[in-house]
Amino acid sequence: MHDLAITGGLVLTPDGPERVDVVIDDGVVSDVGPDLGDAHRTIDATGAWVGPGLVDIHTHLREPGQEWKEDIESGSRAAAAGGYTAVVAMPNTDPAVDRGHVARHVAERGREVGLVDVVPAGALTVGRRGETMAHIDELWNAGVRMFTDDGDSVADASLLRLVMDYIAELGGVVSQHAVDPALSAAGHMHEGAVSSRLGMYGIPGEADDIVIARDLALARLTGVRYHVQHLSTARGVRLVSEARAAGVEVTCEVTPHHLLFSDEDVAGTDPDYKMMPPLRSHADRDALRIGLIDGMIDAVATDHAPHAAIEKEVPFEDAPNGVLGLEWAAAAMITATDPDIGVFFERLAIAPARIAGLEDHGRPVAVGAPAHLVVVDPGATWTPTTSKSKSRNAPYFGRELTGSVVATIFGGVRTDGQGA
Amino acid sequence: MRHLLSTEHLARADLEDLLRDADEFSEVLTRPIPKVPALRGKTVATMFFEPSTRTRMSFEKAAKALSADTMSFSPGTSSLSKGESLKDTALTVRAMGVDLMVVRHKATGAPWRLAEWLDIPIVNGGDGAHQHPTQAILDCLTIAQRFGSLDGLHVAIVGDIRHSRVARSNIFAMTTLGARVTLVGPRTLLPLDPDAWPVDVSHRLDDVLESLDVVYLLRVQTERGGGSVFPSLAEYTDRFGMTSERFRKLPERAIVMHPGPMNRGVEIGHDVADDERSLVLQQVTNGVAARMAVLFSLLGGDDDA
Repeated sequence: MHDLAITGGLVLTPDGPERVDVVIDDGVVSDVGPDLGDAHRTIDATGAWVGPGLVDIHTHLREPGQEWKEDIESGSRAAAAGGYTAVVAMPNTDPAVDRGHVARHVAERGREVGLVDVVPAGALTVGRRGETMAHIDELWNAGVRMFTDDGDSVADASLLRLVMDYIAELGGVVSQHAVDPALSAAGHMHEGAVSSRLGMYGIPGEADDIVIARDLALARLTGVRYHVQHLSTARGVRLVSEARAAGVEVTCEVTPHHLLFSDEDVAGTDPDYKMMPPLRSHADRDALRIGLIDGMIDAVATDHAPHAAIEKEVPFEDAPNGVLGLEWAAAAMITATDPDIGVFFERLAIAPARIAGLEDHGRPVAVGAPAHLVVVDPGATWTPTTSKSKSRNAPYFGRELTGSVVATIFGGVRTDGQGA
Repeated sequence: MRHLLSTEHLARADLEDLLRDADEFSEVLTRPIPKVPALRGKTVATMFFEPSTRTRMSFEKAAKALSADTMSFSPGTSSLSKGESLKDTALTVRAMGVDLMVVRHKATGAPWRLAEWLDIPIVNGGDGAHQHPTQAILDCLTIAQRFGSLDGLHVAIVGDIRHSRVARSNIFAMTTLGARVTLVGPRTLLPLDPDAWPVDVSHRLDDVLESLDVVYLLRVQTERGGGSVFPSLAEYTDRFGMTSERFRKLPERAIVMHPGPMNRGVEIGHDVADDERSLVLQQVTNGVAARMAVLFSLLGGDDDA
């Protein structure tokens, strides 16, 4: 009698998609094939995909310091509901994750909650202030492999170059929130026809492109692994693609909201469409979709950014940047790009795990691997109405999406909160 | 019409109704007792999250001339500084028994948010650089009283159009009423996408002077110093100021308008401001009548027979 069986699904194996059953014992995939015998619990995956649990390399869990928005427990619950088995927690907490003990605290709290692997990212600079190098050795020794000042760009090219050199030597990845601080300072949304009509200060796409272009030059200079967060422009996709062809070690991500929405959705000035970088033009959105399917964009990453209701019950311009994403990222990707099983898991699990250096995650389903799995029905349509997050700032409520998470299995245990 | 938030989607018939009512109310305001009982028992709250004296006074005068009661909210005396959300502030004032709110806010879209949260009519008293519809109605009233209608008139809106809710409101109201609108200013003060607007564009005021019926001058934001959107006030005046010299080149029928407060000597010459063809004070007077028409159309003639 097996612990758990997943039957009837299309399974992503090391040899590609196969219609087989999967059984799990003691937290490990114990067999893959037809007719594997009875189990205590069975998940019917007929019509669904079975593959590695999703990995988010861009999550804001808000703990420590902003627990009224989210904490590691509520964020883990939202992640598990969205099909995730690992999340990389951004360091813009209070205090920032710029020292080893803060990173250890985040990881330990994640283990206590036990719903997903919570992997801390570390800051590039002390306090994320862009002035002096963070305690990168301490962070490295605490297990940090991704470094970012997310929420802010490192504006000082000279400092960034030195930090890149330091992290290149260790083998880590520098992940940049690529938005020029000066060009974006006054703006609230994409600069274009909609901002012009609204009389709202805009942020031109060039705010992203300028920082990406500069950083790619520095990445080439230092040889560091460089990662571009939340691409929002067509030119950003091209810049990354050209640099990669020229040999720069660069990866990049796109958020579910940039795949699904555009600046036209901001016309109603609902702050649930406000984030940085902003939702851009239709042409940008379409370039992101194409880039994701073609592989110019490596990963989907949520930039899950909870803000309490009271913080969003204000005019658009007064609201903080950021929207939720963990629970709808898979559906948003399917709705926006209609991927096949291979592309789906590559962008949402395999590539993110590779970028973040997570060896136990993002592996095709094979005997002996840790049972971090997800079952996704790519054809199911549904309309989100609730969230496991502490916050509600999501543009997905009341909007029909295609693709739903049937079950999430973390270490052999079901964590999505839906089944036994 | 449930709210008055913007002129962008106002139908010509609705605008013309408002202008007709406003014209009648402007007659009321000349009577010995300039007051009608149309909104007796109603309460109008002016919610000015961004300070403004003259627009608030105009709305209060309009409400009182219709016999409504008025209440006012201002950020200096409010709980906003105590961290209350805009939604909670609005619900609190609504709960005191308010029938209509006039909202001014520095942030675009704030009146729309209130219209979502509340069950009473909302009048946009100016949001960010977005819309200020009652200003457009009073401006169109002023023009219509002078020329009979706006049909076929050529209006130049001159100055900082990019950051102006007055311009955005007037562009739609004036073109809907049949006027041709030319925006005049340097590129840094014009909309980023002028082709997307129902207007012509010029970078030289001198090029359009001779065909104009109305010159609508916008206030130069001298408090910004002009340092980053144009080189200096002197250079602005040189290219875009309505100097006495330019005034003389206008057709004799042409009028000069300004939403106030004016910077004499910058966008408008001293003598021009005081000329009989400058209708700046008429605009102010018409502001009360136009706002009466708006309040009346949203609150009047419904439930208190």
